[in-house]
Parts: sequence; structure tokens; C-alpha cells
Amino acid sequence: MGAFLLRRLLATIPLLLAILALSFLFMRSAPGGPFDSERSVPPQVEQSLRAKYHLDEPLHTQFLRYMGGVLHGDLGPSFKYQSRTVNEIIAQAFPVSLTLGALGLAISLVIGIPAGVFGAVYRNRPADYGIMSLSLLGISIPNFVIGPLLIIVFCFTLGWLPAGGWGAVNQMILPAITLGALRAAYIARLMRAGMLEVIHQDFIRTARAKGLPERTVIGKHGLRVGILPVVTYLAPATASILVGSIVVERIFDIPGLGTFFVNSALNRDYTMAMGTVLLYSTILITLNLLVDVLYAALDPRVELR
Amino acid sequence: MSEPFRTEAHVLGSPTDALEARLMEPVAGVGFWKDAWRRFLKSRMAVTGGVILILVILLTLFAPLLTPYANDQQDLAHQLQGPSFTHPFGTDLTGRDLLTRTLYGGRLSLAVGLVATAVSLLIGVTWGAVAGYKGGTTDNVMMRVVDLLYSLPFMFFVILLVAYFGRHLVLLFLALGAVQWLTMSRIVRGQMLQLRGQEFVTAITALGASHRRIILRHLLPNLLGPIIVYATLTVPAVMLEEAFLSFLGLGVQPPNSSWGLLAAEGASAITAIHTAWWLILFPGIALGATLFALNFLGDGLRDALDPRLRNR
Repeated sequence: MGAFLLRRLLATIPLLLAILALSFLFMRSAPGGPFDSERSVPPQVEQSLRAKYHLDEPLHTQFLRYMGGVLHGDLGPSFKYQSRTVNEIIAQAFPVSLTLGALGLAISLVIGIPAGVFGAVYRNRPADYGIMSLSLLGISIPNFVIGPLLIIVFCFTLGWLPAGGWGAVNQMILPAITLGALRAAYIARLMRAGMLEVIHQDFIRTARAKGLPERTVIGKHGLRVGILPVVTYLAPATASILVGSIVVERIFDIPGLGTFFVNSALNRDYTMAMGTVLLYSTILITLNLLVDVLYAALDPRVELR
Repeated sequence: MSEPFRTEAHVLGSPTDALEARLMEPVAGVGFWKDAWRRFLKSRMAVTGGVILILVILLTLFAPLLTPYANDQQDLAHQLQGPSFTHPFGTDLTGRDLLTRTLYGGRLSLAVGLVATAVSLLIGVTWGAVAGYKGGTTDNVMMRVVDLLYSLPFMFFVILLVAYFGRHLVLLFLALGAVQWLTMSRIVRGQMLQLRGQEFVTAITALGASHRRIILRHLLPNLLGPIIVYATLTVPAVMLEEAFLSFLGLGVQPPNSSWGLLAAEGASAITAIHTAWWLILFPGIALGATLFALNFLGDGLRDALDPRLRNR
């Protein structure tokens, strides 16, 4: 276990380095720069701006400087919001995205897991068909279609909820549902398939033979192994929630990191864009590691190597 | 599982003269593809998916014959009209016919899906085939790379790429294809490892065939089933990503249209003053139905071509 963790952690170092180098290369080989805006800046001003942000140094010096900063947890100044650092912007916008993402993930798990178990227990009966058809529908409709439709129904027709903004609880309901719907549908399918495989195994028969109530057999013994496909899916699910939140933030006018990221990419705010990519990569890599550990903890047959 | 093979026990079970006579006749073997086709036709969902898909493709191909309007024909006298007999899907902010734009938009969405899938096929199959065929350290290193890439937020890189280098269609094809090859390479590599140890490969190698020839002529044809299946499932994934990018304004650019772009226009047309629900609903249905059909088709093909791939 310890050796496994160490090996995996060591493997992430070159990966993060490669991510840094790649995004650095991307942004420096792209045409245009952060300071060519619609308003033309006098050459002296641009010169001094470039000097201030060290853009006039050779590439490798810039890269080393940036990396040195990153190692100290400093993602540099934002090129566009010139009075603020990337760290400040992330500290302000990331909690918003994090809340939204956590709510979306929670909704997808809370709906998806019971729906999948239910479908497996009542397989090939009307309830199962109903759940599976709904989940197929959920999988096929992109969140940028669901979101606006929810707004039309709940905000402009029924008038129950606000159409945008962030902060109040009633502003979080629709975005979280929009973000979680697709994942809920997918998790329901995974959970059902996982449960169906487990239900016929010997240890389940043993549990039943012991006279345990069906609730315990399914809820405790079955769920523990049946949920493994869902656990494996957690990392990709988080990745897709990070990406999905970009769209959801745009639809519902939420000041999260996704919005900042797209704007920074379009405005060539290099440090801001790189900071976001680095943050999200680190989150995903950590999560993948956690998922592997969790997997071994849930299923005694799995050994970490 | 009712396999359509005629087994000996089956025939010998009722030894009549007629059967004996039939035993003497050569039995036409059921080939892999014929068998797969039968299994495919049995899956109602897969056939439905296939029919919907063919219908969508035909509709988009024959778009000019189906609507009297041009894709970008504005009509400011008829802005934001709801669905009617003259405009079945309604009109948008500048009075363009939404049915027309949905049909034409489908062309681009489908094209992106197909081309980007081809790109991902090329990368994924090559990568997986080489790793699986070479084995050993090469395999180890190549698959480690795939493992590592799995944990990256690729769409963020695509967004960076498209935002930095301009929103060309070709770049979009390449970028989306380059994102989707990881699973394909894993599948091909796994199958390749299995095949490599088989006797016919030893035989061909002994005959002096080059590696290139062995891979291309003898091994890859054996993998056609899983490759087709996974490619079919890649198309909807890529189409969804295109729609996602176009929705953000980073994909297909106006005056062209794709379903993602139409959805974006629809979403931005929703305000408290007017809710032009048709602008988001119809492109959404078109995209949803196509993704639905492709996913079903892929699932059905998987059951037909390679039952072992189930649940992967």
C-alpha cells in the first residue's frame, strides 16, 4: 500500500511537469498576445508591459521562472486583470465551481445509485423499464439543452426559481440538476449492471441462506461490490463535471472558474488559463489515485500493486 | 443464448431418412459477418437506432429538397415566429427558418463526428496495435502513457488549442479526434496481446512476413469487430464535444450552423420578455435523437460483433 502510493505519487511528477511544459508551449506558439487589444497601446508602454511580465526574456528563462513560482504555490499575475494575481482569482472563483460541482455530483449519486439498485432488484419489470428509459433519455440530452429548458419551465413559465446568479440556495437548484442529470443517468446504468452481476454470486446466496433480511443482503453485501463500477466512474465523472460546469456556469450566469477559464483562453490571459488547467489536472490526478485506493478498500479481492 | 449453429447432436437426435440425406449434403457454414448480422437484427434497440440514424443522415443530405429556404436566408418580417405550417420549427431572431438550419446544421455535426472519429481511430489503433504487438518494455511504456493521459482534463486543452490557434474546422476535427483515442488504444492492445500468442502468427512469422504485413494483413482484420463497435460509440462522444465547443462559441462559426451552435443561439434567445422555446427544443431533439440512435447502434453492434466486450 505504502509502496503503491509512493510509486503513483512519483509518477505524477513527470506528468504535471509535462502538463506545465505543454500548456506553456501552447500559449507561446499561439499567434497574438495578451496585450494586443482593440485599443492600440503605444510601443513604449507595450515594451514596459512585456518587461514587467518578463515576456522579453528567452523562453527557457520564462519557463523556469514560472515553474519556480508554481513550486512555491504562486501561479503568477493575471495578464488581463492586471491588479490581481491568478491565485486571488482562483481563490474567489473556485469555491463557486467547487460548490456547484459537488452539488451536481451529489445529485447524480443520490439519484443514480438508488435508481440503479432498484432497477436491478426489479429487473425486467415495468419499474425497471421505466428507470432505464428515463436514464437513456438523460444520457442523450446534453446539459446545454436541459438547462435552458429548465429555465423556460421553472423560471419563466412557473416563476418558481430565479434564472441566474449565485449565492442563494434557490439559485443553486437548477444549475445543480442540469449538471447532475446526465451523470445520474449514467450512474444508474452502471449501478444496475454492477448489481446484476453481483446478485447471482455465491456470497449473496450465503447471506440469504444465513437468513439475513433482503434489505441487508442488497443494501450491505450486494451494494458493497455492486458499487465498484460506479467507484471507477467517479474520476471520469468528476472530469466531466468540471467540463460540464463551464457550460452550466454560462447558462445560469454563475461567476465560477469555468467562466474565467474560457475568457482567459480567449483573451490570451496565459497565466490564468495555465493556472486553471494545472489546478484541474492536479484535482483529477489526485482523484484517480483516491479511486484506486477506495477500490481496494471496498473489494478485498483487489490488490494494489 | 440461442446460437444459430447446427450442431451434430441436434441432427442426430431424430435420425430419419430425410435427415440422413441432408447430412450427406455439404452444410453451408455461417460466417462471422452473417452470424453477426443475424444477431444484430435480433436486437430491436440496435435496429431502431440504425433506422433513426439512416433517416437523420438522409434528411440532412436531402435538405435542399426538403425546405424552400436557404440556410442563411433572413426574413426580418417574420422574426421569432413559433412553429407553424410555413415554418414547422419556427424562425429565429433574424427570421431564418429553423427547420432549414437544423437540417443543414446536422450535416456539420455529423461530419465532425465522422472525421474526428476517423482521426481517433488512426491514432488509437496504431498506438494500441504497436504496443500490443511489440509487448515487453515498449508495451509497458506506451500503456503507462495512456494511463497517465487518462487522468488529464483533455477538454481544457482543446479549449486552449481552439482559442489560441483559431476556430478552423480542420483544427476542430484533429483536436477532438486526438482526445478520444485512449480507450480505443486500450481495446486494440488487449486484443492484440491475445492474438499475438496464437499459432497462426508464429506460422506467418516463420514464413518470413514483415511485422508491418503481419499487423496489417493478419492481425488487424481479426480486430475489426471491436474496432467497429468502439468507433460507433466514439461518434456520439465526439459529436457531443463539438456541440459543447460550439455552444461556448469555440466550435463551428456562423453563418455555418451545427446543432451545438443552434442550441447556443436558442439558449441566448431565452429572456424574460420572450421565451422562444422552439429555438432550443428542436435542435436539442435533433442532437438528442442522433446521439441516442448512435449509442443504441453501438450497443447493438457490440452484442452482435463481440459479446465479450459487454460491460467494458
